[in-house]
Amino acid sequence: MSETSEPADDGSSRVRALLVDVFEGNDARMIVGTMAGIYLLLIVFSLFAGFGLGGMVNTLRAATVFAAGYGMLVLALNLHWGYTGLFNIGVAGFMAVGTYTTAILSAPPEASPGAGLGLPIPIAIVGGMLAAALVGLLTALPALRLRADYLAIVTVALSEIIRLSVKSGTLAEFTVFGVTLGTGGGRGISYPAPGSLGGWVLDNAPGGGALVDIGQTLGIAKPVMSGLVYLVVLILFAAAFYWLLVRIGNSPFGRVLKAIREDELVASSLGKDTRIFKLKVFAVGCALMGLAGYLWIGRSGFVNDLSFRPNITFFIFIALIIGGAGSNTGSLLGGMVFSSLLFYLPQFLSQNFGSTGSAPANFLGAVAGLDEFVAYTLQNISSLRFVLIGVLLVYLMHNRPEGLLGHRKEDAAAVNLLERSSKPPGSGKAAMADGSGSGGESDE
Amino acid sequence: MAVFGAVLFVDLVRQFVGGGISFPFLASVVLEGLVIGLAYGLAGIGLSMTYSILNFANFAHGDTITVGAFAGWSVAYVVGGLGTAGVGSLFLLTADPGISIANAFGVVVVGAIAAGLGAVVLSLALDRIVYKPMRDAGGISLLIASIGVALALRYLIAFVYGTGVKGITAPVPKVAFLTVDGVSGFGVIGPDQQVGQLASVSDLSLFVDLPFAAAGSEVLVSLTFHGLALALTAAGLMLAMHFFLQRSKLGKAMRAMADNKPLARVTGIPTERVIRMTWVLGGALTGIAGFLIVLESGTMSFSFGWLLLLFVFAAVILGGIGSIYGAMAGGVIVGLVDSMAIIWLPSGLTKAAAFVVLIVVLLLRPEGLFGGVTTA
Repeated sequence: MSETSEPADDGSSRVRALLVDVFEGNDARMIVGTMAGIYLLLIVFSLFAGFGLGGMVNTLRAATVFAAGYGMLVLALNLHWGYTGLFNIGVAGFMAVGTYTTAILSAPPEASPGAGLGLPIPIAIVGGMLAAALVGLLTALPALRLRADYLAIVTVALSEIIRLSVKSGTLAEFTVFGVTLGTGGGRGISYPAPGSLGGWVLDNAPGGGALVDIGQTLGIAKPVMSGLVYLVVLILFAAAFYWLLVRIGNSPFGRVLKAIREDELVASSLGKDTRIFKLKVFAVGCALMGLAGYLWIGRSGFVNDLSFRPNITFFIFIALIIGGAGSNTGSLLGGMVFSSLLFYLPQFLSQNFGSTGSAPANFLGAVAGLDEFVAYTLQNISSLRFVLIGVLLVYLMHNRPEGLLGHRKEDAAAVNLLERSSKPPGSGKAAMADGSGSGGESDE
Repeated sequence: MAVFGAVLFVDLVRQFVGGGISFPFLASVVLEGLVIGLAYGLAGIGLSMTYSILNFANFAHGDTITVGAFAGWSVAYVVGGLGTAGVGSLFLLTADPGISIANAFGVVVVGAIAAGLGAVVLSLALDRIVYKPMRDAGGISLLIASIGVALALRYLIAFVYGTGVKGITAPVPKVAFLTVDGVSGFGVIGPDQQVGQLASVSDLSLFVDLPFAAAGSEVLVSLTFHGLALALTAAGLMLAMHFFLQRSKLGKAMRAMADNKPLARVTGIPTERVIRMTWVLGGALTGIAGFLIVLESGTMSFSFGWLLLLFVFAAVILGGIGSIYGAMAGGVIVGLVDSMAIIWLPSGLTKAAAFVVLIVVLLLRPEGLFGGVTTA
């Protein structure tokens, strides 16, 4: 919005200056501000659609679930592409491995479709992450010496192999060492839903009952309330991902990753075994993708192969490009902007404003007049949003390939050596704030 | 890899001799793989050319196939169905005039040409708008931009034509080696004829007696007219393309650019014009391939090209990027792997087998099976 301001226009340039003043270099404000803007937009549209408080809260919840889910996945991909320059477009496959393994480990043995071991959920989650890391490692072991575009093709082919395998009837139910397991094939797999954690908290935790009562008086139904509780869990995980990424980025390990991204030959000339670093970072990123897949896509306790088509990989990738590869705050922002504004909002508009009944059935009716065209467009906005996303991606590659925050430079050292402050080198958080502050000037 | 292939071959012979698989089954699987493989090869030439000359993996290639096919079939429907329904509903493929190569050969040819032209126009426009401003960018930037192009094209088609799967062609006769009531030979089976129910060979519209003996009534191998048209056109176009690149000046310029771009420029090759011609030739073949694939399969949806993309990539990489014969051979191999894997694998995993071959080739021999000699 501030991009279009003319120097002559005093008002908007002052607004711009104010915006820069408030948000530049302050990542927390930036994230909160973006989310507040998204909320404001959704609230306005909800009011237009005539929602009550309950419906409005549910809308915001749905948008935030998207934002948190995408945020986690984009951060995990940022570790691969942003930090290390590994062009992994098999995200959907690694998500599938993590989600399905966790599902199989936690599903009760008599479950149908699919069958599992009935292990406690935390153990199952660890198992899922390990499986995703292992598959990532097995992929990376031979594939990392390939050129970037070949790595891309190998990973996307692998993700399709994984998807086709979990879909196939052969793995739908199989027996290992006398234990029957299964992915459920095309019918999908049911397992204890991580999302039911919200309901459990409301029923069992101290104060849970009070929360339900407060919700009732405000007109928020209990399922929405339990969804909100699970949303808090998702946000906490996204925050943990962010923290982990910042720690990795600022560690000596992260420094080598960035060196590999910039020039692998130099990094290896300086005595770093870049292969080992790439293997490690690939495994860690894949484990995070597996976890995020389970927590987000698998939150309802049922998944099938359709959730893991290559499209989702490309969406995550586009979100990362929008936010700016290499920047963790950018990753979060990109995930938020992509998922709530570009992905969720059009769908929301189509659901609440599109079904006026007068929309023509096909494009032929749509070109009959402007009214018909608008109605048809609203009806089919779920297709049109992807056209918009595609055009946006091309525009970004032309005009701002570094995305929103990709221009930032992270300091190689954990403390900024140029500004010798009197403060002792503090926690990772302080160092992070320093690092992002120094990059701000190069923007203008 | 060779050992693994040999083991599979021995097992195939063993199953065949042991009666595990019948000849008609094996023949139909091989033929199916061959036909679809030729289509992959034809569609792959454009991808191979842009990959070698512009140095990037074009993820929008699959959707160029789709756009070409939609453009071609829209034109074919309008030309072939004029007067039977409104032009608009014919163009949007909602009215079905029942076109097949048997009842409207000319219309199909016009449609194929329109498909080629549509893809050429699209490719040139995309090059001008999207890729030209990024000529100096790295392959990965171009790749990412092409992902955006792919998304936009695919859903633009979905916006205009809808997301359903459309039945496109009318049923056509098949050519076949067959036996009817003890008489064997080569013949044409009509779309509504069942070989088991025929009284004698005189019911067939064409029959040539051949001296191989069999009892009863049986189809040994059959191929629809559409499949035949796909195979013949694809093979012919690929051959023409090969001679063009080998003999013509433009072809030599293209190979020079694929080999060493700065050197080509220094030698005075008009690189921009060569790039444009690359899009023109590649686009035309891609559009025609899309049209033919739909002709053969009979159905079309907004995402069919996107779903083919990985197979086309597999064909191109298998054969070696930049090589026309490579694309052809790679396409046939990928098609055969996809169709023949059914002998060993459950039906859900045959596509996965084709991708496994792709990955194995990339890992073991990234320059392609044919040594990566970019002789075009």
